[in-house]
Amino acid sequence: MTESDTAFVRFSEVQKSYDGETLVVKNLNLDISRGEFVTMLGPSGSGKTTCLMMLAGFETATHGEIYLDGQGINKVAPHRRNIGMVFQNYALFPHMTVSENLAFPLEVRKQPKNEIRERVDRALDMVRLGGFGNRRPAQLSGGQQQRVALARALVFEPKLVLLDEPLGALDKNLREEMQYELKSIHDSLGLTMVFVTHDQQEALTMSDRIAVFDDGVIQQIDSPSTLYEEPRNAFVAYFIGENNRFVGTIKELSDNECSVEVDGGYIIKAKPVNVGNVGDKTTLSLRPERVSINPEAGSMPNMLDAKVLQLIYLGDHIRTRVAVGQNEDFVVKIPNSQEHSQLSKGQTVKVGWSSDDCRALDA
Amino acid sequence: MTTEAATQQVMTTADGTPLKVSLAKAQRRLKIRALLLVAPLLLFILITFFVPVFDMLFRSVENQIVPEVLENTAPLLLKWDDRDGELPPEEVFAAAKEDFVKGAKAKTILRVGSRMNYEQSGFSSLFRKTARRAKNFESPYKEAFIKADRKWGDLDTWRILKRESGAFTISYYLAAMDLSYGPSGDITMKPKGEAIYLTLFWRTLKLSFLITILCLALAYPISYLMSTLPLKTSNLLMILVLLPFWTSLLVRTTAWIALLQQEGVINDLLVYFGLITDDNRLAMIHNATGTVVAMTHILLPFMVLPLFSVMKTIPPTYMRAAKNLGATPTVAFIRVYFPNTVSGIGAGGILVFIISIGYYITPALVGGVDGTLISNFIAYHMSTSLNWGLAAALGVLLLGIVLVLYYFYDKIVGVDNMKFG
Amino acid sequence: MNVSLKQSALALAAVAAIGIGSISVANAEETLVVVSWGGAYTDSQQKAYHEPYMAMHPDVKIVNDDSSAEAVAKLRAMSESGNVSWALVDAVASDAIRLCDEGLIEEIDFDKVLAPAPDGTPASQDFGNLIVSPCFIPQIVYSTTFGYRTDLVKEPPTTIADVFDLEKIPGKRSLEKRPIGNLEWALIADGVDPEKVYDVLDTEEGVDRAFAKLDTIKDQVVWWEAGAQTPQLLADGEVVMGSTYNGRLFSVIEEEKQPVAMMWDWQVFDLDGWVVPVGGPNHDLVMDYLKFATDTQRLADQAKFISYGPARKSSAPLVGKHASLGIEMGPHMPTAPENAKHTLLFNYEWWADRRDDLTERFNAWLAQ
Repeated sequence: MTESDTAFVRFSEVQKSYDGETLVVKNLNLDISRGEFVTMLGPSGSGKTTCLMMLAGFETATHGEIYLDGQGINKVAPHRRNIGMVFQNYALFPHMTVSENLAFPLEVRKQPKNEIRERVDRALDMVRLGGFGNRRPAQLSGGQQQRVALARALVFEPKLVLLDEPLGALDKNLREEMQYELKSIHDSLGLTMVFVTHDQQEALTMSDRIAVFDDGVIQQIDSPSTLYEEPRNAFVAYFIGENNRFVGTIKELSDNECSVEVDGGYIIKAKPVNVGNVGDKTTLSLRPERVSINPEAGSMPNMLDAKVLQLIYLGDHIRTRVAVGQNEDFVVKIPNSQEHSQLSKGQTVKVGWSSDDCRALDA
Repeated sequence: MTTEAATQQVMTTADGTPLKVSLAKAQRRLKIRALLLVAPLLLFILITFFVPVFDMLFRSVENQIVPEVLENTAPLLLKWDDRDGELPPEEVFAAAKEDFVKGAKAKTILRVGSRMNYEQSGFSSLFRKTARRAKNFESPYKEAFIKADRKWGDLDTWRILKRESGAFTISYYLAAMDLSYGPSGDITMKPKGEAIYLTLFWRTLKLSFLITILCLALAYPISYLMSTLPLKTSNLLMILVLLPFWTSLLVRTTAWIALLQQEGVINDLLVYFGLITDDNRLAMIHNATGTVVAMTHILLPFMVLPLFSVMKTIPPTYMRAAKNLGATPTVAFIRVYFPNTVSGIGAGGILVFIISIGYYITPALVGGVDGTLISNFIAYHMSTSLNWGLAAALGVLLLGIVLVLYYFYDKIVGVDNMKFG
Repeated sequence: MNVSLKQSALALAAVAAIGIGSISVANAEETLVVVSWGGAYTDSQQKAYHEPYMAMHPDVKIVNDDSSAEAVAKLRAMSESGNVSWALVDAVASDAIRLCDEGLIEEIDFDKVLAPAPDGTPASQDFGNLIVSPCFIPQIVYSTTFGYRTDLVKEPPTTIADVFDLEKIPGKRSLEKRPIGNLEWALIADGVDPEKVYDVLDTEEGVDRAFAKLDTIKDQVVWWEAGAQTPQLLADGEVVMGSTYNGRLFSVIEEEKQPVAMMWDWQVFDLDGWVVPVGGPNHDLVMDYLKFATDTQRLADQAKFISYGPARKSSAPLVGKHASLGIEMGPHMPTAPENAKHTLLFNYEWWADRRDDLTERFNAWLAQ
């Protein structure tokens, strides 16, 4: 059993129910490798936080086993798991100074005094809070508290760090700054991190892999780019990034391409990803930035008439809503480049896209 | 430095008035409004609290009645030198005759007798007897007085009168601290069989402390439980906790008697289960146990309420975080949960302690002999013995003890840390 | 709807009119507030004194105020504030003496204010030696005496010495939590000549001797402070015997039919009566009322309702049957010859001197 081929964290057929009637987590299997940054992303109530709490030991799995470094930890008490955690509202101890907060995990581990001092100082420097050690948490700003919470989760050098929506309470600028900081700490320390969020932007920015949760099931777990470019089902496509959707029926189907008849009688050629047979329903997903305006005739397998309904100037691109057939929510992102098309409201244009960019998914 | 001064000079509002002046003007109205808002309460507290407290302070040293009624005798006595072991000169007796006659007419002389009786038993009847006969006294008055009652021939009688002839006295404080004047006027401890107040002060503090600790021990778990339960259930529990507030004192006391007396429910159960024998029934009421049990019950809500409101604000993530950081549940409780409840413990503890130090109804009803507290004696001197001076002195000492304890509490725990809810 | 509205408006107007009417009537009549002990005692005064007086004087309304327990302190507070609102107060003799010393209550000229006996004997002679203070009109003689559980003692107590005899009568006994009475009993039980009790108590050794006697039963005593406690303790079987007011024991035995009997030996007589606060309202009315309420017949009448003896000698032959129980009250009076073989009347003057220091000593003794 070598380290590399064994998952560091493994959820094996884990189920969780609070009331004995409904499952909050349904048969979860998940492997996380050493040093990975994995994000659990999903809407609230999707089971992601429950999974994190089971991993931390605050909830027990109703069924199945969770392994940490090859050891089953279902029966290990939270304080023996040696897992660092950053809580949603930081959970800094208000009666202790910043230094005391940081020293706490070391003191309960009976570290020698001078070593504690040294490591606390080092951890404070790491989060750029050297000199703040004697303050109370209440005297710090939100971002500073955040960093103290992170330092406290790291100071006892756990191999695994859990982060439960740690950036949720920060304003936008601070949040983005913290995202990079977190990521760089992860990279420099080589930690395994499990991050829970409902913010897809955050997930895309930071993660090695993202597990998209819905209804107690991981819908897809992949790298951010794969997840974005190649969503495996309609939920993931819808949840990650923006996309244009058509619901239709499969008319023809081959390995690389299928023809789908959508409302209004149009036939759209698409890449079959997650479909049944001819005659089955399917959802087509198309990213707005993959749509071309007025492409050269014949250059695209799909080419439809569209009427411009709305133009929103967003600086780097112009978000254009057009009506395609009966779909009035069809969005096209036109990059703000030198030679981009100048459209006006009410104008009729052609929109086109390649069949590879249009993914036929489950209904 | 100079630039600073310069900028300060130019700080004016648009119309040229200095900024500070117009700020003060703007704030004065706010201040007046705030004062008006608290004025009724301020007045109320002044009248119902500070005035009586100062009156009490005054009463504990006040001795006007003696120099007022013995207006001729008192100044002479103060001049009289009692060290040579001789009775006061004839002029004192003559003055005393005059005072007695006048005092008997004005019906004030016996009040001096009552007052002096607090110093030494016998003055009451001495004054009564003398007042009846004084108008018939004839010169030489010394002999006339001694004939009326031979106590007038006793040097001590006059020494005590001389001692208490001033407008103020410390004798109430001496009595309140179990001290008394010895035969030669020096201050000594009362003999063991007569000393009582120090024992009572000590007992009051001890029992109050015990009651506070018991309240804390009982209130802590229930408050914790309530703070973790959903609102509906915790409200129900809160009603149960507050129940003693809503039952009348007599019902409550009767219930305690029925439960705790020797032929009562608890003893019956203990005998039934064979834990004690029938002739060894426990004495749990009409003694200190009764006082402690009943007062703990009554004062429990004062501990639960601040504890509950403090615990309610402690997020459950603190305990989780502590465990996650490697603390065992016990260590997590001691080092993280408990310190965050200290403000509630302080508030509840101070509340229960101060209330129990001054409590007197329950101890009077269920306290028996060793469960009565200092307040019972203050009440006794107020309503039965009419020795208001001693009652006031005891009250002032009690107030002093509370203030001293409060000072130490502030030094050790910090009053700012106290959260009442 | 309209009709009922009108009706209720009329009714309201009527109520208001009656209310106003009664207020104006109340203004026309004089209201006399009598402060007494409440409970059965006030009831007996209501029936024996207040009701007949109000029947004779329809313009007088007597209102009871049950504040006698706090009377001493309240009277002093009223006097200090210069606003005496009480006209007539029922008080025990020792309190009356204290109040009289303080100049808080009026001296009464007995023969001028009070009615003579039916045979013409002046009031001061009819009350005789029960006039213990010039400010105090005695009303009843009550006694503090012993009751015991007939079913819980092997052999009934017969003398005061039995109260102090734990071998003859084992078990708890209740005594009043004050030195008054208990010290006298202790000395009598210890063999002191009852005539010389106060002489003995005047000496330091005498006081020590009394406390030493009390010491022998100290751990078997439940101390009571309210008159209702001993009857309750007896009923609960918490004590086998106890001292209390004889009227309380009467109701335990005759009304509640508890297995309790009386032990009258060396019962301690005490007096309860009227005092008139200095500067109180309705002075003339109070004097008129007192003349009526303390006459021979009225004092005898009170014994119909409560088993306390009338303070006038001339009343004794007139004591009849209990108003509701129909029992002949004579034999239940503490003053009845059968019960009064050995009795002790407090030396009030002596206690006025020694009450404070002996109470302190008593409390210190209790606390040891």
